[in-house]
Parts: sequence; structure tokens; C-alpha cells
Amino acid sequence: MDAIVSTMEAPRVASPPRCMSQSIPESLLRRQHLYDLAFRNATRLFAALVLALLLGILVTLLIGSWPSLKAFGPGFLVSHEWNPVTEKFGALVPIFGTLATSFIALLIGIPVSFGVAVFLTELSPLWLRRPVGTAIELLAAIPSIIYGMWGLFVFAPVFADHIQPWMIDHLGPIWIIGPLFKGAPQGIGMLSAGIILAIMVIPFIASVMRDVFELVPAMLKESAYAVGATTWEVVWNVVLPYTKIGVVGGVLLGLGRALGETMAVTFVIGNAHRLGTSLFAPGTSIASALANEFTEAVGELYTAALFELGLILFLITFVVLALSKILLLQLAKGEGTRT
Amino acid sequence: MTRSQLYRRRRIVNFINLSISLLAVLFGLFWLVWILWTLFAQGLSAISLSMFTQTTPPPGSTGGLANAIFGSLLMSLFATLIGTPVGILAGTYVAEYGRRGWLAPATRFINDILLSAPSIVIGLFVYAVYVANVKHFSGWAGTFALSLIVIPVVLKTTENMLRLVPDTMREAAAALGAPQWIVISFVTLRAARAGIITGILLAIARISGETAPLLFTALNNQFWSTNMNAPMANLPVVIFQFAMSPYRDWESLAWGGALLITLTVLTLNVLARVIFAQKSSNT
Repeated sequence: MDAIVSTMEAPRVASPPRCMSQSIPESLLRRQHLYDLAFRNATRLFAALVLALLLGILVTLLIGSWPSLKAFGPGFLVSHEWNPVTEKFGALVPIFGTLATSFIALLIGIPVSFGVAVFLTELSPLWLRRPVGTAIELLAAIPSIIYGMWGLFVFAPVFADHIQPWMIDHLGPIWIIGPLFKGAPQGIGMLSAGIILAIMVIPFIASVMRDVFELVPAMLKESAYAVGATTWEVVWNVVLPYTKIGVVGGVLLGLGRALGETMAVTFVIGNAHRLGTSLFAPGTSIASALANEFTEAVGELYTAALFELGLILFLITFVVLALSKILLLQLAKGEGTRT
Repeated sequence: MTRSQLYRRRRIVNFINLSISLLAVLFGLFWLVWILWTLFAQGLSAISLSMFTQTTPPPGSTGGLANAIFGSLLMSLFATLIGTPVGILAGTYVAEYGRRGWLAPATRFINDILLSAPSIVIGLFVYAVYVANVKHFSGWAGTFALSLIVIPVVLKTTENMLRLVPDTMREAAAALGAPQWIVISFVTLRAARAGIITGILLAIARISGETAPLLFTALNNQFWSTNMNAPMANLPVVIFQFAMSPYRDWESLAWGGALLITLTVLTLNVLARVIFAQKSSNT
């Protein structure tokens, strides 16, 4: 009520008619109508600017990568060559690095985010929800360059000394997945990048999961509890099926974040244009290749190839994020007409 | 399986899975604590008065981060000044005029994608349209890139906050004879003010740590420079360069800068939450 009263003073600026019986002068009405029109179109212009920005980015990337598109054609996507000297470029290695690190990030990030969301919605006492939720969200606030520095100087040495040797001994001999864990324990590499990305996407996925879990009608959950279901059974058989679209949307949002993450990956991935089976080996991702090579790229073709990498990255993330958004919108729609 | 066995099994499954959920939270908090602890352990010793008064040193000598701090502040300031009005006006359109037509839903959709789009692509974009044409890196290019990151954040919060303003307020103002532009600028936007400020603070927090879009735009500058038309030092890129270097002094300064940025970002985040919480408790 307070807020309404206090803001109601505002319209006096509009100089409302002093006397109600007296009609408002025509000129004033016309002028206000003009202001209205101007204001609406000004805001519309800026809204359109956002759309123009997206188009502008796409067109710019296309123009920038034109020489490379012309020179390599679709073969750019499947070629693993990356040689600035002979000017032969292919995107396979960076694309593979981007996808592999993001996949690792999701593999770790999804279960942890799910656990965090379950804790925040079902387990935690009320007084603990806010502080824990805030703390997890702060993980998203830490700039990615900090993750990178910490990853390179603190995490990588610990990882190389204590965790990688164990993985080489215990996971290395296992059939099929063994080759993934072979090689020298250097600390940096694809796996480290994936793990750090996992930490970075957890807050995003967890926050979407928490939000959609809270959409589940209390009646559904209470009914399940009433017939004797345990908390876990309620989460697994009631909450999760009800929100699965939103959960997938949250996971895709996390994936979109992981794909485009630049600085953290640049620090720890090792930056080597190499294709191998070992996750311990240094690799490169699209974003880290751009960060490392763009300012030093000489020659039109080299720059264009990097632009094309950027274009590929933008298109992939665009599709992933658009899918995520569509799924989340669907959940909101299915929730009923709540205006 | 007898009934009591089944009951026991369900209890055990429940207990194990909920314990795992608790572990997941501890897993998340563990990294936060570890990262913050590292930052304080490494960065506190590097923070001193000279860090704020001296410029970035050549390798092997002492110095500070004054030029980088100044550059970051200047670029963030201008980026906020450019990005905020655009974001607020566009957000106003989406929330206030967006009940009909295609533009508002399309803007909302695209904005949500831009919000999570890779920031390095923004850097590429600004490089191609600005830096490549004027043929030199500059503080303005960095500002431009950062403002493109501010816009989606401010747009999103503005829209969300305006939607929280009850329609009865708009109707009341309109019934008093206020034209729509006055209803929006003096009633609804004012009612949503606290939320919009929250959004601006979050946007500043976001850009103060952004590195990727500055790599190809503002680049770096070893010297004190107030010329926005020349390459400009800024904290994130200096941290990147110094951290990757083999020199101990540089690495130590990088930790100091990292602590400074993180404290700024976390403070802004907490401040935004406090302002927003105060606002929500009022209504």
C-alpha cells in the first residue's frame, strides 16, 4: 500500500486539468500524444537494437570468415590440420576440445547440481536455504579469469600430484575407458579444463533446477508423502517427472555456458592443436584458440579461420541456448495460465 | 521379499540418496571456500599502497597496478553509462508495450541468448566493426564491447522488475489523466527503481571481471594513459598477461589484482542482493 501511495504523487508532473468540468486544451492533448508516440518509438528502437545486435554479430562473423569459408569450404569442419605457416586450417581439434570439455563438465555438473537443487528445495531447513543458495550462486559470480588462475596455479599441481596418478593406476587398465586416462600427469589438460568448467556451470544448472522444482504443486508432493513415499521417492517419482523439461532446459543452459567459456579454459587446457584419446593430454577449445591466437594472427587467411571458429562457436551456443529457452518456456506454459 | 525388508530397503535408499545430495552441496561449497582461501592467501601479501599508486612494472622490478585499475574503472564507467539507458529503454518496451506484436517476445528470446552467449564472440564482433576499421586497439573499443555485455543484463532485470509492478498502479495513474509516457517514466519505472539498480550493479559486477572481450579491443598498455583512443590497461588483461608470465613479481601482482577484482565482484553482488531484499520486504 505504501509504495502505491508514494508513487501516486508522481503524475502531478503531467499537470492534470485544474478543474474537472473544464475540458483539456486541444494543443496539450496533441502534445502529450506526440510525446507518447516519441517515447514508445524510442523504446521500440532500442528493443529492435538488441535484435540488430544479434544479426550484426552473425553478419560480421560471416564477413570476417569469408576468405576461410571460400578457401576450405565444409572441409574446415573435419580437417584436423592447423598450420599457420602453410596456411592450412581445420576446426576439428578445437571443436573436439570444446565438446569434450563441455561433456566432462556436464557429466560432473548434472548430478552435483541435482543434489544441490534437491537439498535446497526438499532437505534444507528454511533458515539455511538462503545462505546456502547464495553461496552456490556466488560460484557463478567469480570471474572466469579467477577460475583460470586458481586452476593453473592451485588446482593443476594438486591434481597432478594426487589425483592423476591414482587415475592412471586404477582407471587406466580398465577396458575401453582406459586410454582416456593414459599419459603423463601434467595437471593441465582436457580433464582439468572439464572439471573446472563443471564447477563453473553448477550454479547455473542448480539454480534453474531449484526454480523448476519449486513449481511442483505442493498437493502433488503431499499426496505422495501421504501414501507413504520417502523424500527420495517423491523427488524421483513426482518432482523429476513433473519438471523434466525444465531440468533439460537447465542442463542446456549450463552446456551453453560451458561451450563458450574462455579464460578458465585458456589457462588450464594446455593449448595444443593435437588430437588424442587421452584426457590428460593438453588440447585446445574454440574459445581458448581465439583468446591465444587472435591478436597474434598474421595474414588474412589465419584471421579468417579464427573468425570462422568464432562463427561455429556462436552458432553452436545459439542453438543450445535457444533450445534451452524453448524448453523452459514450455514448462512455464504447461504450468497453467497464471497471469 | 517381505514387507519389512522392502520397507528397510526404501529407507536405506532414501538415506543414501539424501546423503549424496548433502555431499553435492558440500562439494560445491568446497570449491568456493578453496578458491577464496587461495585468493586471500596469495593476494593479501601483494596488496599494498604501491599497488594503487604505481604503474605496471617491466619484468624484474617492482610496481603496482594503478594504470590497470584506472583503465578498468574508466571503461566500466563508460560501458555502464552507455549500456544502462539502452537496456532500460529496451526492457521498458518489452515489459510495457510488449503485450501485442512480435518484437517484444523476439527481443526477450534473443536477449536471453545474448545473456549467456560467449563473451569472446562479442570481442570478435567489436574487433571487426571497430578496431579493424580504425586500425588500432583502444579504450573506446573495450568500452563498446563491455557495454554490449551490460545491455542484456540490464534489459532482463528491467523487464522482470517492471512486470512485478501491479497493473492497478498503471490504471490508477492513467485514470488521473496521465499520458502513457508519464505513467511509465514516473510511476512504473519509479516503482521498479530498486530492482533496476540491482540489475545495474549485477551488470557492473559482470563486466568488472570480463577478460575475453577486452583481449581484442582494449588490449593492454604498460603505461599510465588517460587516452581512451589508445590501447588501455585494464585489470583482467593485466592479470592474464602477468599470470602467464614466468616472473615472480608479475605473478604476485596478478594475485593481488585477482583478489581486488573478486572482492569488487562479490561486494557488488552482495550489495545488489541487500538492495533487492530491502525492496521486497517493503512490498
